[in-house]
Amino acid sequence: MIVVGLVLVAVGTVLFHLLSPWWWTPIASNWGYIDDTIVLTFWITGTVFIAVILFMAYCALRYKHRAGVRSEYRPENKNLEWWLTIVTTVGVAGMLIPGLFVWNQFVTVPAEATEIEVMAKQWSWSFRKPGKDGKLGTTNVRLVNADNPFGIDPKDPNGQDDVLVDGDNLHLPLNKPIKVLLRSLDVLHDFYVPQFRAKMDMVPGAVTYFWFTPTRTGTFDILCFELCGVGHHAMRSQVVVEAQTAYDNWLNQQMTFKKALAAVEKRAAENKQLASRKAAADIVATIAAD
Amino acid sequence: MAEVGAEIERIGPAEVEDVELYHAKSWITKYVFSQDAKVIAIQYSATAIAIGMVALVLSWLMRLQLGFPESFDFIEAQDYYQFITMHGMIMVVYLLTALFLGGFGNYLIPLMVGARDMVFPYVNMLSYWIYLLAVLVLVASFFVPGGPTGAGWTLYPPQAILTGTPGAGAGIVLMLVSLALFIIGFTMGGLNYVTTVLQARTRGMTLMRMPLTVWGIFTATVLALLAFPALFVGAVMMTLDSVLGTSFFMPTIVSQGELLKHDGGSPILFQHLFWFFGHPEVYIVALPAFGIVSDLISVHARRHIFGYRMMVWAIVIIGALSFVVWAHHMYVSGMNPYFGFFFATTTLIIAVPTAIKVYNWTLTLWRANINFTLPMLFALAFIVTFVNGGITGLFLGNVVVDVPLSDTMFVVAHFHMVMGVAPILVIFGAIYHWYPLMTGRMLNEAMGQFHFWVTFLGAYMIFLPIHYLGFLGVPRRYFEMGTTSFIPESAHTLNEFITVVALIVGVAQLVFFYNVVWSMIKGKKAGHNPWKATTLEWQTEEVPPGHGNFGRELPVVYRWAYDYGVPGAEDDFVPQNHPPKRAPARAAE
Ligand code: HEM
Ligand SMILES: [Cu+2]
Ligand SMILES: [Cu+2]
Repeated sequence: MIVVGLVLVAVGTVLFHLLSPWWWTPIASNWGYIDDTIVLTFWITGTVFIAVILFMAYCALRYKHRAGVRSEYRPENKNLEWWLTIVTTVGVAGMLIPGLFVWNQFVTVPAEATEIEVMAKQWSWSFRKPGKDGKLGTTNVRLVNADNPFGIDPKDPNGQDDVLVDGDNLHLPLNKPIKVLLRSLDVLHDFYVPQFRAKMDMVPGAVTYFWFTPTRTGTFDILCFELCGVGHHAMRSQVVVEAQTAYDNWLNQQMTFKKALAAVEKRAAENKQLASRKAAADIVATIAAD
Repeated sequence: MAEVGAEIERIGPAEVEDVELYHAKSWITKYVFSQDAKVIAIQYSATAIAIGMVALVLSWLMRLQLGFPESFDFIEAQDYYQFITMHGMIMVVYLLTALFLGGFGNYLIPLMVGARDMVFPYVNMLSYWIYLLAVLVLVASFFVPGGPTGAGWTLYPPQAILTGTPGAGAGIVLMLVSLALFIIGFTMGGLNYVTTVLQARTRGMTLMRMPLTVWGIFTATVLALLAFPALFVGAVMMTLDSVLGTSFFMPTIVSQGELLKHDGGSPILFQHLFWFFGHPEVYIVALPAFGIVSDLISVHARRHIFGYRMMVWAIVIIGALSFVVWAHHMYVSGMNPYFGFFFATTTLIIAVPTAIKVYNWTLTLWRANINFTLPMLFALAFIVTFVNGGITGLFLGNVVVDVPLSDTMFVVAHFHMVMGVAPILVIFGAIYHWYPLMTGRMLNEAMGQFHFWVTFLGAYMIFLPIHYLGFLGVPRRYFEMGTTSFIPESAHTLNEFITVVALIVGVAQLVFFYNVVWSMIKGKKAGHNPWKATTLEWQTEEVPPGHGNFGRELPVVYRWAYDYGVPGAEDDFVPQNHPPKRAPARAAE
């Protein structure tokens, strides 16, 4: 019975793997190496798994209790133990070394990568890109308010031409390496697009980052991958990867920090005017009532 | 190994006196405020299993929500997050840790090393009552305004104490207080277990003759004594952040449009403290399971454990290494990415001693004479699920592979296999194995077979497919998936299937509980040593053993715990306290 059970588990697992329609979502970034490392790990570990189960099934079949029979008495077998240790070490190294090699690429951001910023707060995303100067302006959480949702320092000239995308999708040009700077205003979040394979937590009080190159046009879901409160599962946006010209068109229509500030000032001035007009009217009204 | 220390032969029987404490005066001191480690063990186990039932019911509710989203009005997003948090924390800390150390540790350590009791029986009793208090405080958090915390079992700040998270007021504070109490209670028990193993072994019980069960529990206890303090300080600091407005873990924050008063703290600091505890915690659960399963396999395969010394060293090395791998839970936390090189290397190194343990278990079966008893079946099932969960650990430990998989359902599947299903299978095996000692009766075989097959195959069918959802990119800790462009309809069907199996497996546990109660009254009488085991707990005068464990004289140990199938011996097993025949036994070696 248990022999059948064990074989069933081994065969069932392999069959499930072969027949499963559920596998990686097709990739859309340069991180194909990560998928390769996983496939390698899959083969090495999968073989060991099946081998161990089948060996147990064999023992269960062959060494089932028989009256009058004794088990072999041989507490240790130095040779066998050493061989198994060495083979295991080699197998582990065979996964670790390629893994660290790819990790080295992951942490080495190419010099030509364009910086963009993704900012998270409960429970929405916003995005910021450097303007023509290629530099993002400095920010400070204490400057964040309704008129300056990113907390950009108005005195920093680099910030004036920053492009702000609030409440819209993120657009990215195809085949250009991107360094994503990540910021959070409140709690931990995590920026993840399954097709890009790369993710990183966003930590309030710090700026974290990762890099990738989009390699396929299309619209992809952005999900939050670090529990951030009751709205966690609903914290969504999308990223549109498109050819350079389409991207430039989009970029030109976006709001810059300078324009946003000007709009705010204009509104403030209007409000003031309105307020003084209203005050005057009030005075007139009072006088008239007398 | 069966060799006899000549000096021991000459030593007279050990005389640790029978003391007054062993003769309880009243029912209360015998069964309630008992100082007998075996009674404390049963109190610990019953409490752990009771609170574990709460966690089990919560898992059904979560599965209902995942399988049939939008069908249950009474499960809102905030409820779901509270369910996962309480489920995870209860399972890991209040069930598994308490059951393995407080339950099996208390019952087995003194008996197996040939001691009359733990060395500090009074402190041991206090340990249980403080644990009970911790559980009650935890349960109380279900009834406070705002309910229990929904911060995830990792309790990461800042969200754990901010308003966007359920239970951010009273719930989280009660959780932290309960954890602190748990740690205080555990420390009292833990010091006892360690001291008893080091100081109270009977004559002849050298460290290298101890059964692996004792090695596993002993090493796990040492780990826990070193790891829990990190959680303790984390809990105290977070309580201060929450109640007094300090900023240990809180940077400058704009929460829902409002600038908070906190400033300068580090959320990642908490993660380091948490995982400095959290990773060893995995082994606090796993090492006792390793030890116990080794003994189950050896007894029921009627063969010595293969490579005993290697097994002991593997336990010790795994224990030591478990303190230098914690940040593999933080590869994408935003810590310095160069740490990844170090932690991936240490993590994959652990795979080597772990694999050796697996080889030695299977090699114990090789050329053995296996009885397929229920404990043996559960032990085999443990190996299957443990190896499965262990190899997915190689995915997640290999830093770059973790990047796409972290915080997906793959992680959920991995840790359920390796530290959920596998240890629980060992617990069942252990209960089927030691129940005759505790009650004097055997558990019913037919009910046991049913329970085994449904639990093993069911649990495997629940968690194997979940890995594949993780590959797709389905996140963990999601109340509902909503619409996405990358998750096919078939994944929802799969989720329904998993939920149905989870409910069946859950209900099948009722058969087990029924069996435990039924057999207490109607079970077959077990007699002495029904499994023909060598270890000391089976060599007591009375079954179940009374307070004081052994008769007038403590047993004297002459051999290791694994003399099965010794050539030339009368029986196919020789108990540890069986004196050698003068000359021939040595020749046999
Ligand atoms: C048949 C039994 C079980 C079922 C059906 C089950 C199911 C679940 C589900 C559905 C989740 C939430 C997944 C998510 O949305 O992220 C979860 C989380 C979890 N479970 Fe289990 N579980 C079971 C047993 C266990 C056991 C025995 C353990 C002991 C280690 C355990 C430990 C955890 C932990 C630590 C979490 C993570 C909580 C968090 O994300 O904060 N579970 N379980
Ligand atoms: Cu989130
Ligand atoms: Cu870990």
